[in-house]
Amino acid sequence: MKIVIVGGGTGGTILANNLARRLSGELKNGKARLILLSASERHMYQPGLLYVAVGKMMPDELYRDQRSLLEPSIEFHVDPVEQFALDKNQVKTKSGATIDYDMLVIATGSRMVPETIPGLAENSETFYTEESAVKMCKALQQFQGGKVVITVGVPHKCPMAPLEITFMLNDYFKDRGIRDKVQIHYTYPIGRTHSLENVAKWATPEFGRLGITYETLFNMKEVDGKNKILRSEEGTDTPYDLLIAIPAHKGMEVLEKNGLGANGFIPTNRTRLNMEGRTNVFVLGDTTNIPISKAGSTAHFEAEALGENIAAMVKLGAPVRDYDGKVFCFIQAGKDRATYAMFNYTTPPDPKAPTKAIHWFKLAYNKLYWSSVRGLL
Amino acid sequence: MAEKKIVDARGSYCPGPLMELIAAMKSAQVGDELEVLSTDQGSAKDIPEWIRKVGHDYLESKEEAGVWHVLVRKKK
Repeated sequence: MKIVIVGGGTGGTILANNLARRLSGELKNGKARLILLSASERHMYQPGLLYVAVGKMMPDELYRDQRSLLEPSIEFHVDPVEQFALDKNQVKTKSGATIDYDMLVIATGSRMVPETIPGLAENSETFYTEESAVKMCKALQQFQGGKVVITVGVPHKCPMAPLEITFMLNDYFKDRGIRDKVQIHYTYPIGRTHSLENVAKWATPEFGRLGITYETLFNMKEVDGKNKILRSEEGTDTPYDLLIAIPAHKGMEVLEKNGLGANGFIPTNRTRLNMEGRTNVFVLGDTTNIPISKAGSTAHFEAEALGENIAAMVKLGAPVRDYDGKVFCFIQAGKDRATYAMFNYTTPPDPKAPTKAIHWFKLAYNKLYWSSVRGLL
Repeated sequence: MAEKKIVDARGSYCPGPLMELIAAMKSAQVGDELEVLSTDQGSAKDIPEWIRKVGHDYLESKEEAGVWHVLVRKKK
């Protein structure tokens, strides 16, 4: 049984380690092979980019060597897939290799696409890559006062990011002693301040308490960089001095090119995580089109369910459990307080008031992540 | 040629049915109909609210066995 995982991010790495342990006997006696193909020899802790943007983490703290995170029985190659020949059970890689599989897992993640909004990429700051987070950090350092506008595209990775960066900026400007010179203005695509109703119920009064203004039902249409105006699909204009963007995201281009899914998101069964119409192709994390959060924790919990099922298919010939839609997201409520939201397909979250203890746990998790992707947590 | 697309947002708390519709609307063509399936009763109110504000056509909402079907058309 040859299992090929495409993508060495959170989902792909957790799944590979999970399977390496569950199938240790089969890998040892040659009845199974486990291959992980990634585009990078390094693994990035993406949630750390938020902290880099406000100068609270350095970029080099975000990375580990990918090989060091993997069980020795995993055959790891830095060789991204360029062609998916699903009818032949084959993938072709950048180096020219053709790799057959019995089971394929696609976990290639998502990427921001600010270029889909005219003027956005040239006139805004963001923090979804190392380069952009460092650039934003420098832009914030030079900012001396004025109107900061936070704008949000759909869909986006990490649904808590819009709120988190807003609260972090509030504390950032307070610490610099210029909060009274800065108007923080938050915009959001739907009719409340967050997609999760209970999170919005908590966040909205927090905005009032902290003097953060907001506008809901606001979807970016274009940015007029010359006049520093953000225009919405809903017909409103919002002037800004500094524009912070949570850009819309798409799946990886290679998936679109191979016709696997519109916008690079693959149609995926929400409980068994197989690609629709395929019984031996599975999809993890941001790559699915499942209507749940694009977040590391989603990929993590999906990987655990899928690991159990793939191991059961190898050993028993059938899967044994469903993924229930579980997601757990920390919510930084400023520089020293945090809370969390946990939910699944049937149970909405009920976040509690932020505390320092949860913030410290989040800081600890920033380090514990490396145990998490090794499959130890 | 205009198409009818299903936006299956059942069980979605985050990003939620309206966010799923906003994302799907971007890829749709003018004239396409989009039917949102939602298990959130609030969709029958908040989807029409956004559709009217942004200037698309709201066609109808109905509930069947705990699932709300909200039908809209991309107008611009």
